[in-house]
Amino acid sequence: MTRMQMLFTGVFGTLALASVIGGSLKFAVARGQAHGVIDNLNARIRAWWWMIALIGIAFVFNKGGVLVLFGLASFLAMREFFSMTYTRRGDHAALALCFFVVLPVQYWLLWIGWYGLYAIFIPVYAFLILPVAAVLQSDTVRFLERVSKVQWAVMICVYCLSHVPGLLMLEIPGYKGENLMLIAFLIIVVQSSDVLQYVWGKLMGKHLVAPQLSPSKTVEGLVGGVLSATLLGAALWWITPFNPWQAGAIAFVINLMGFLGGLVMSAIKRDHGVKDWGALIEGHGGVLDRLDSVVFSAPIFFHIVRYWWEP
Amino acid sequence: MMASLVTRAINLFVYLVTGVRARWLGCGPAATQRVYFANHASHGDFVLVWAVLPAILRLRTRPVAGADYWNRSALRRFIGAKVFHAVLIDRDPQSRTADPVAMMDAALAGGDSLIIFPEGTRNTGEAPLLPLKSGLFHLASRRPDIEYVPVWIENIGRVLPKGMLLPVPLLCSVSFGTPITLAAGETRDQFLARARAAMLSMRPHSTSEASST
Repeated sequence: MTRMQMLFTGVFGTLALASVIGGSLKFAVARGQAHGVIDNLNARIRAWWWMIALIGIAFVFNKGGVLVLFGLASFLAMREFFSMTYTRRGDHAALALCFFVVLPVQYWLLWIGWYGLYAIFIPVYAFLILPVAAVLQSDTVRFLERVSKVQWAVMICVYCLSHVPGLLMLEIPGYKGENLMLIAFLIIVVQSSDVLQYVWGKLMGKHLVAPQLSPSKTVEGLVGGVLSATLLGAALWWITPFNPWQAGAIAFVINLMGFLGGLVMSAIKRDHGVKDWGALIEGHGGVLDRLDSVVFSAPIFFHIVRYWWEP
Repeated sequence: MMASLVTRAINLFVYLVTGVRARWLGCGPAATQRVYFANHASHGDFVLVWAVLPAILRLRTRPVAGADYWNRSALRRFIGAKVFHAVLIDRDPQSRTADPVAMMDAALAGGDSLIIFPEGTRNTGEAPLLPLKSGLFHLASRRPDIEYVPVWIENIGRVLPKGMLLPVPLLCSVSFGTPITLAAGETRDQFLARARAAMLSMRPHSTSEASST
């Protein structure tokens, strides 16, 4: 069995266990009746089966599959982001550029592996061209605010997210052809941190971390979730080019970034008076609700690996 | 055959661009004969209502649309007549030979439901909703037996603003409210004010600022 097969076996086993626990709770605690928390838990587990299956299919097609999957995720995330932000008629050209030029070009640069342009295309070119597209419509109402929101949307939904498939570009000695497992490491560690924070918080959460930002994030959940996901990261060292303590340290950093990213994205939702970014993923909300932590940790993870492991 | 393929293609396109969701707030998707009256911000908006209706209802639901727009080319005539089964009315009172309310009445007599836009024209300004034209009232007085369902379409005006060719992907929703009927002795203005309030009450709070483009 290859390491990738062992990894997927582990993930499927964990999900199967989660499904069994979810089913037992529905039977034993909820007695088959409607129950807010347990039904939501089961909806989340069902959605996880779908998400893992999609990632598995993408991995079968290697680079092309991963680029299509994350390109689609960027599209859906940006659609959610712009749906919530204030835009005017004068922003139409800038929005069209984001969807039909910036997004495809960023993923095309990944496809051809042109790192130099990939790294600056959005923060330099897109950031300068997008306000120009808006200013040509001669509408100055709330101009800086509108321009910044468009820039933030491409930064979060396209630039940051594209660093997950970007991991395939890294050339690490002795790790050739195995980069998909870096993606698996990032996603498994950061997402289990989210899940474990939720579980620890539900089991023993008492003190809210940021009551103004989130009614569900607790100190107990944060500490328990981040620490246990860090241990999980260390335990997964065998799929990475890291040794166990390096894997643990990196897992700790990306878990922390993931948590902080979740807070930032919560603040944006709060400001707009909504609980979720969308409703695409049953039990979770929108694509951005699921990816908020990945978005903040992916570029940091990418650059840690690039700086210390690429010669 | 061709028409059903076009229907599927249009639905796929609509979901890709708008991810449209139905919010059945005041009634369910029942096979009752109805007049859905909705806000009008874009050429795309009746397609949204049409796309979120279950296929079985969609077959018997006809949008009421301007003949000037839908008769302009052979493609539009095909889509208007064969795909949407639109009831085409002449919006110019000077040139028209048939009374729009009578045409809608005739379509209702055939057993179909209708989608109408009582603002009469696309709303491209800052106000969320233009004043409603009296056609809705005349229809309700002629056919008091029908359910008049208020509908609020959110965000489509931002997807394809007037004069733009390229739609921008944004999430849209279609809300269906509690059906209203003409009360005994209710005047035109009272009825239209009630219809208008029912539409506005369904604006999703969160995006109300965002939609005021």
